[in-house]
Amino acid sequence: MTSGFEHAGFLSVEHLNSLLAGLRANAYQCLGPSVVNGAIVMRELHTADALPRGLQAAQTAGQYRLTPDPENRYFAWANGPQAIKPQAFVPQESLWRAERDESGVLQFVAVHPEPARQAIIGVRACDLAALALQDAHFLPDTRRDAHYARRREQLFLVAVQCAVPAATCFCASTGDGPTPTVGYDLMLVELADGFVVVPGSDKGEAVFRMLELPAVTPQQIEAARQQGLEAAAAQTRSLPSPDLREALMKQLEHPRWDEVATRCLACGNCTAVCPTCFCHAETDTPVLDGRSSEHVRIWDSCFGESHGHLHGFNVRPDIRSRYRQWLTHKLATWHDQFGRSGCVGCGRCIAWCPAGIDLTEEVAALTAGEAQP
Amino acid sequence: MKIHSPIDSGPPHAATVLARTQESPTIFTLKLQLDDAAAQAAYRFAPGQFNMLYLYGVGEVPISIMSDPGDRSGIGHTIRALGRVTQGLSALQPGDKVGLRGPFGRGWPLQEVGGNDIVLVTGGLGCAPVVSVIHYILKRRERFGKLVIIQGVKHTEDLIWREQYDRWAKLPNTQVLVAASQGGDKWPWHVGHVVELFSLARFDPTCATAMMCGPEGMMRAAADSLLQRGLSPMRLFLSMERNMQCAVGRCGHCQFGGAFVCRDGPVFSWNEAKSLLGHRGF
Repeated sequence: MTSGFEHAGFLSVEHLNSLLAGLRANAYQCLGPSVVNGAIVMRELHTADALPRGLQAAQTAGQYRLTPDPENRYFAWANGPQAIKPQAFVPQESLWRAERDESGVLQFVAVHPEPARQAIIGVRACDLAALALQDAHFLPDTRRDAHYARRREQLFLVAVQCAVPAATCFCASTGDGPTPTVGYDLMLVELADGFVVVPGSDKGEAVFRMLELPAVTPQQIEAARQQGLEAAAAQTRSLPSPDLREALMKQLEHPRWDEVATRCLACGNCTAVCPTCFCHAETDTPVLDGRSSEHVRIWDSCFGESHGHLHGFNVRPDIRSRYRQWLTHKLATWHDQFGRSGCVGCGRCIAWCPAGIDLTEEVAALTAGEAQP
Repeated sequence: MKIHSPIDSGPPHAATVLARTQESPTIFTLKLQLDDAAAQAAYRFAPGQFNMLYLYGVGEVPISIMSDPGDRSGIGHTIRALGRVTQGLSALQPGDKVGLRGPFGRGWPLQEVGGNDIVLVTGGLGCAPVVSVIHYILKRRERFGKLVIIQGVKHTEDLIWREQYDRWAKLPNTQVLVAASQGGDKWPWHVGHVVELFSLARFDPTCATAMMCGPEGMMRAAADSLLQRGLSPMRLFLSMERNMQCAVGRCGHCQFGGAFVCRDGPVFSWNEAKSLLGHRGF
């Protein structure tokens, strides 16, 4: 399946609703950007008119504000706190149930989710790169997670090229954006008068054909390419290398870990918004009638007190060791597990940190070479 | 009857408590049997692997298997009553029901160490994941050289299986070294740290394999001593312990560097584990 602009079509702004109609005709419920409590989140979308038009997401360390987009575009906001992750790896779900009868006999019942077919409109290159990592974690050939697999199969992903990166974005330096290259069903590139639409899968091709779009012009292809290059060039943050394994694992006793621990609140916001974090707790909730108990998985964070809990002691009793665990896992030992870094450059951990801790700044300080503080 | 895959994230199999033994004031052993005949027939494990035991309405805990893999009469788990689940498990009596899923993880490399002297170094309840190794070796005694069993405890009452240690100590070609940091009445073994016993171990470092399970500080001290005596790091193994909730390398709690202890361990070779062992927090 090709994903080149050469096979793309052009969807004019006034026909944006036909995309939603095409998705619904393929039995997809549409999720799209919506403004909730001052941030862009994914909610059910019934019509293109409900899309929040003319907004940018101005982000910096510890701050997220929606601001007007002078060009009144649909997708000029770089990202919101969540995109795809909660749809496939849901924040809380029951895995199985134990039932107990009067005589104490136990029966265990698998709980199978029945998710709706969902099309998510407006996912970014960073989100797709993150989803590929979640897939690698939850869906290896030998150990497929049945719950994740069921939800993942139902997803149709409409990606959007990022034209207006936030100040927190650094996907160009991780190699994951700003133009989506793989993992989408359809990709949109928003130009002044409409969208370049690129099919990226068989599912996407089916919807694409229904739209019966005119072919893109060479000028539109050039504009789309140029927009991607400019968005990459506009990014102000970066990681020094896509592979920081050696550089970070050499610095396990660096004084910077103590310093960042004085600022970090161990609130877990960074892990909650991170699109690749996969940690979850498994807990048991007895039903009040005493006859059954649900075994539930719920997102967990390596910043929490209970994450490293063992009988009698805690492997990571202090914030220093928790921050170090998070950063070294994300950027170093992730390579051992998945063959690449666990950071896709979305910058969410920077914007949503209430203390404004900036991952790129911490990495720079930790890997600055011999001139250490 | 539905047959579960032996390695699965759930749901567990129902299992019945066949027997309960109080080993010390806080340590007890549950012998369990899977209720489903097919699951029971299919159940196989290697020494060093563990099961997730489920207490109804409370939760699961990872517990290593202490019985002999050849003993088909039940699956043994020696447990310290400490947290919500283990305290509840401690109250169970024969006939009571639990959930069980497993076995999980990588066990001891017993297939590869034939002909070697075997040195076992354990601390506290670290003896439980290793006792199945002792049983395994004693049943196949001719395949191994000298057997050295070193066990350390804090208090004398923490030593479980005293009669077994006494019995093993009388066996030919077998050396038993036990230490309690704090002595007590009628304590026949060493009083002091278990580290002080390492130099007494008699084995041929050029053809020995060591397996360790216990507090990480103790294992590091044991490794220093064993390696200094010429044991190859390739023949030094340890069993790690971390928070485990899913047991299939998914929930993320047991990560030790890039390894998922539940799946890639709990048994690691020294070379795999050494780089992070000295860093508190991993």
